[in-house]
Amino acid sequence: MKYLDEYRDAPAAERLLRRIGAVVTRPWVIMEVCGSQTHTLLRYGIDQMLPEKITLVHGPGCPVCVTPVEAIDQAVALAGRPDVIFVSYGDMLRVPGSEKDLLSVKAEGGDVRMVYSPLDAVKLARQNPQRKVVFFAIGFETTAPANAMAVWLARRQGLDNFFVLTSQVLVPPAVELIAASPDNQVQGFLAPGHVCTVTGYCEYEPIARQWRVPIVVTGFEPLDLLQGILMLVSQLEEGRHEVENQYTRSVRREGNRQAQAIMAEVFEVMDHKWRGIGLIPRSGLRLREAYARFDAARVFGLQDMTCQEAAVCISGLVLQGVRKPPECPAFGTDCTPERPLGAPMVSAEGACAAYYAYRRQETVRR
Amino acid sequence: MCLGIPGEVLSIEEGAQGLRQARVRFGSVIREANLNLVPEAQVGEYVIVHAGFAISVIDAEEAESVFRLLQEMEEAAL
Repeated sequence: MKYLDEYRDAPAAERLLRRIGAVVTRPWVIMEVCGSQTHTLLRYGIDQMLPEKITLVHGPGCPVCVTPVEAIDQAVALAGRPDVIFVSYGDMLRVPGSEKDLLSVKAEGGDVRMVYSPLDAVKLARQNPQRKVVFFAIGFETTAPANAMAVWLARRQGLDNFFVLTSQVLVPPAVELIAASPDNQVQGFLAPGHVCTVTGYCEYEPIARQWRVPIVVTGFEPLDLLQGILMLVSQLEEGRHEVENQYTRSVRREGNRQAQAIMAEVFEVMDHKWRGIGLIPRSGLRLREAYARFDAARVFGLQDMTCQEAAVCISGLVLQGVRKPPECPAFGTDCTPERPLGAPMVSAEGACAAYYAYRRQETVRR
Repeated sequence: MCLGIPGEVLSIEEGAQGLRQARVRFGSVIREANLNLVPEAQVGEYVIVHAGFAISVIDAEEAESVFRLLQEMEEAAL
């Protein structure tokens, strides 16, 4: 496929690897923020081919992983109601809540459906006027405009049976939390290319300046990641801490203005709880007052649900790059993709799932 | 979740309620995608699609940048 295959060219990757090897003189710790990038790095073995001086740590960029347990429990409660069609992106169905996941609710007779686009959820509401359609609107800035468009369209169509259960998070406050942490080891960040396609990267510039960390907006294919790492390591070696853009075929500094406009129309910024990490100020989005009648948590009275996370799961430390998945006592034993304790083992972007898929053999050998 | 797939815009249709929908080809698969977030997109251009919405039009010139870098590295080594 055009714009995918050429960025997977092995000889070109080897040349970039050699170039990185020629540039690096000192040990560096860098974090790829996005879970899709983690999966590319492990799938292609890039983490193992880089010079030993470069240590990659994996970041919190997995929306499914950081969706709080309360939101899953709210989803489970809604999906179990006979008057509700609960609609979700596929990734969320197997994420464990405090008692069960959405797939179990479906097995017990709940009407749980998977969609590819939030517009499909709006269509379901239009086709089923006698039912209440609740869409699980989760995601980072990449997904927020799509979710916002669905709510905007439902209002425009005058639908009174469409609702959203939201858990929308923002990346820059999480990057800043990691950079500002007193025991932070991360010296440079690969910022997520699709989030920045929407938001641009102005917001990362004060973070780079204040915490003196270089940040390179990076794509998702092997050559993108290798070029991003080369740019980041070059900055580190030269003592620079700027925001640079590797993913120029999609990301512009100001981002996508239309996408930002629809987000701002429908959502406003709020403090948000991240699963495994805790409350991060101004790191989430909620519906604006003008759209309050679409807020499922409010309409169905679920705002005050609280719960506990599994004590053995160290996903919070994994999501902040402090621990690697194989260091968890439950990894591959009590916690597997078939029976996950924490969300990073479920999601296609979770670091635990990446290690389980691509590094399990050697983890077992060790 | 933040997966974005590049595809070629085959046709554009101005639908109801101001929705701008396109048929987009991803390799051998053709799917519908919404273009409201990229009003500048034209037939024949490539867009990155996430959750049914195109979020950017791929800049064909910029898409070559890594290959230009590789070319420069090669020339510098000669």
